[in-house]
Amino acid sequence: MNANSRQVLWKKEPYIFEQGSSGREGISLPEEDEDFSTQNNPPLPSHLLREPINDFPEVSEVEVVRHFTRLSQWNYGVDTGLYPLGSCTMKYNPKLNEEVAKLSGFSFAHPHQPEPLSQGALHLIYELESFLSEITGMDRVTLQPAAGAHGEFAGMLMIKAYFADKKDARIKVLIPDTAHGTNPASVSMCGFKAVPVKSNKDGIVDKDTVASLMDEDVAAIMLTNPNTLGIFELNITDIADIVHKKGGFVYCDGANLNALMGIVKLGDLGIDIAHINLHKTFSTPHGGGGPGSGPVAIKNILSDYLPVPIIEKREKRYFFNYDQPKSIGKVKSFYGNFLVCVKAYAYILTMGNSGLREASKTAVINANYIRTKLKNYYHIPHDVICMHEYVFTDKNQHEYNVNTLDIAKRLIDYGFHPPTIYFPLVVKQALMVEPTETESKETLDNFINAMICIADEAKNNPDLLKNAPLNAKITRVDEVTAARNPILKWKRD
Amino acid sequence: MRYIPNTKDNIESMIKEIGLKSEADMFKNIPLLLEEKLNLPGPLSESALIKRMKNMSDLNAHVQEYASFLGGGTYHHFIPSIISHLTGRSEFYTAYTPYQPEISQGTLQAIFEYQTFMCGLMAMDVSNASMYDGASSAAEAVLMALRTTKKLKIIISETVNPEYRRVIKTYLTGHSAEVFEIPFDKQGKTDVNKLESIIDKNTACAVIQTPNFFGIIEDLSTCESIIHKNGALLVAVFSEPIAYGLLKPPGLFNADITAGEGQSLGLPPGFGGPYLGVLVSKSKFLRSMPGRIVGETTDKNGERAFVLTLSAREQHIRREKSTSNICTNEGLCALAAAIYLSSLGKQGIRKIARINYDKSEYTRNKLSTIPGVKLKFSSPTFNEFVIETKKNSIETVTELSLNKKILAGIPIGRFYKNLSNCLLITVTEMNTKEEIENLCNGLRELNE
Amino acid sequence: MVFPEELKYTDQHEWTRIESDSATIGITDYAQQSLGDIVYVELPEIGTEVKKGEEFGVIESVKAASDTYSPLTGEVTEINEDLQEHPEYINQSPYDKGWIIKLKIKDSSEINDLMNSHQYQEYIKSETE
Repeated sequence: MNANSRQVLWKKEPYIFEQGSSGREGISLPEEDEDFSTQNNPPLPSHLLREPINDFPEVSEVEVVRHFTRLSQWNYGVDTGLYPLGSCTMKYNPKLNEEVAKLSGFSFAHPHQPEPLSQGALHLIYELESFLSEITGMDRVTLQPAAGAHGEFAGMLMIKAYFADKKDARIKVLIPDTAHGTNPASVSMCGFKAVPVKSNKDGIVDKDTVASLMDEDVAAIMLTNPNTLGIFELNITDIADIVHKKGGFVYCDGANLNALMGIVKLGDLGIDIAHINLHKTFSTPHGGGGPGSGPVAIKNILSDYLPVPIIEKREKRYFFNYDQPKSIGKVKSFYGNFLVCVKAYAYILTMGNSGLREASKTAVINANYIRTKLKNYYHIPHDVICMHEYVFTDKNQHEYNVNTLDIAKRLIDYGFHPPTIYFPLVVKQALMVEPTETESKETLDNFINAMICIADEAKNNPDLLKNAPLNAKITRVDEVTAARNPILKWKRD
Repeated sequence: MRYIPNTKDNIESMIKEIGLKSEADMFKNIPLLLEEKLNLPGPLSESALIKRMKNMSDLNAHVQEYASFLGGGTYHHFIPSIISHLTGRSEFYTAYTPYQPEISQGTLQAIFEYQTFMCGLMAMDVSNASMYDGASSAAEAVLMALRTTKKLKIIISETVNPEYRRVIKTYLTGHSAEVFEIPFDKQGKTDVNKLESIIDKNTACAVIQTPNFFGIIEDLSTCESIIHKNGALLVAVFSEPIAYGLLKPPGLFNADITAGEGQSLGLPPGFGGPYLGVLVSKSKFLRSMPGRIVGETTDKNGERAFVLTLSAREQHIRREKSTSNICTNEGLCALAAAIYLSSLGKQGIRKIARINYDKSEYTRNKLSTIPGVKLKFSSPTFNEFVIETKKNSIETVTELSLNKKILAGIPIGRFYKNLSNCLLITVTEMNTKEEIENLCNGLRELNE
Repeated sequence: MVFPEELKYTDQHEWTRIESDSATIGITDYAQQSLGDIVYVELPEIGTEVKKGEEFGVIESVKAASDTYSPLTGEVTEINEDLQEHPEYINQSPYDKGWIIKLKIKDSSEINDLMNSHQYQEYIKSETE
């Protein structure tokens, strides 16, 4: 196994602002007819006008293309190789989906164009909602939220609206200690108080713990299933009973839905509301940080509170219904990240029932395969059959003074993206691996071999790890100076 | 399945290595396993899928086929071919948020350049790496103002895009702050007298959009002095950033926080998304800013390097005490904006803004001469304006779209009850003289 | 790690130095080490009334943020402005140059609830076990 993966050697690329020269142009704007010319129009008052923006560059098209192409070569994506970032489901992003999203009727449809001229888009939204309802076992879906955290926010607002409607002022939301940081953050944005729930020694939530915390002030429990340790919450149905008996809701963070498609339905488990990440489970690309899409699936009890508009169908015509007096309102303009939805829709149709089930099953098998092959080398805090991801730590490497960060950075030299590190917080020094179903056995074997080599290096040559990565575009960065003296934009010298 | 490499044989050997007898063992502890198949169509082959998607797409009108005068927060601007080629580099679009700086310098430098572009265009000090869209960005700006001032009164002008106002109110559901809306005057501008009478020392911020929803250039300097005299923050909102190629941006009016929509900067209308939430502020509010921020630093060898910084504000560290819950943002859209503004450059941004203004003025003048059509407001506008006709505006739009392939504008009666015969008409560099003639003729015929 | 005898300590890892009715407050050597390189300190305004056990600010490192809790009730009379430019003082000199605020003590009986150096060291031991 070689640790000599090397990134493209274009080492230096000046800022775009430092390139080009006065008078260069990088765009050809539509011709202007003489009739439009300024002379015919009343001049704008001079106090409203600005000076030219001096810091903007003057570059040709060629320079722009080279600049951004070179930058792209310093990145690592799913198309480069294995990207086992836990809880992020970095599966292959089908090219076909990118193509269909570019069709003019989708890409260039205006959100304010008349409904009769938007039937294709409305049909797609309507149908995708029904697909997602079927996959999750829920009754209704809204596609409006733009990302997972946005879905959490919209979902918790629906719960808030429900209790406000019932004149029931519940203030607390139970959140297991394994939760994503977005969960408590979303809950407090809604004006709820997050109450932590300790998970047990098996890494899951105990029903007794929930029972002891559950009272009539609790609006909901917000859990992730499978949780961020990659373990299925086996007590989920009992927990749901306890919460429901006291009038609360069960919210599921669906970030890890990739383990469950066609295997079990969230709705059957007693979950009332869940958000889904189309940019994880449904193969749409992350784009270096977005755009995502975070639809929320609900049981009928919450349907009055869905964000507006909702899409309905009457006699083969689809239309927007804004007449929802109890709606939470809107969390975003228009109807969600529509073009992301188009890609997810294409993915579901490509996969069908059989493909989705195969995807989930394979994702789980791939994760367990890595877990089994590495457990003699790296400490696993919860050594059980996992779902689509699992967590290990640097405990076995402590005696060599090697830590999680060193292991992660060394993986880069072997040509892999590191796993999620230092999360979940309940496991000290965690590394969280999610291979996804789109990786072949050979790729997994290569990863496993690299990890075994790293365990060996930790013992025999720990400096290699301490200084890793050795062959990337840069070495480790000075994050302290970045935060103490922030430089957040380019400035002319 | 072509996206799943492992064959049955691969799987069998892996299951054996795991130490299980069968696949089913893997799931045996899970309650309520599905017995029936999911009821979904497919699987479809690549060619069958393309056909189906094409058919669906064909059922939609779109701004490339119709003569479109639609705007109101989503604009039809020219998008250079290079944008989709460069954002389509899979090193960019198949990467995650740049958590590992050593292998994410491409995204990081590009976002750093995006932040520089936004600060330059808005004349503000600091920018984050993007929010979901203009509306949610405006809402986060209001939350920022509430955090930094610790006051509880919010004033929003009714000339702010109605979608943005709705989203701001939704975002405030869990907050004890109170929202006051102020009406517009006869010129279609924020009523500054009303602003002055409602604002007080308990006001956290006033939200003013310019150019406003009616396309009108607001008098930000008057608003600013009233707002700052009362110790409140000026939250400036925009939906058409192209305007700032020509017009003074909020930073030059001493705005404290500026938030808005970046869709105009190289993104297609996309039936509403994904778009680009722009959020910029004065540097003193930096620690209160939500979302990712990229900073410049050095690596161990002293080479220039970029990294996500000031993360202690964010949800993955501060959890319930973070400045926002946002995690995934609109990174690829920010990249598109950086490419777009690089292409336009110093001259191009002025030129395109000028063309928009000129074409819009030309159209405005032409329309105002048509009997039965009048300009609703006389204030200067940028690239959109409101007209009033004899007919109900929804009927006008239906008529012209179905019979003439003209998307004549947005009927704004849905948002403003007393403007039900009014249309918001947007003209960009994409509208030809012929299209404008056709719009004029269409409206003339309808109002005869 | 050093825990001076003359100081009092809290279970949130703040220290306080009492001089008649004034209390100087900072975070302990243990706290600064756990946080790592400190990059930013959020200070209260002079004149702010703080209650015992209540947050009065935030200390941020690159990967963590920690609220600071007041050991005593009182009014903020001074803040360490140097920390804005030099947050690293808390790492370098937690009990001296890295002090954070000074309070005018309102209820001196609260002092009895604080730990002495020995008790605090025992407390850390029990917490890390």
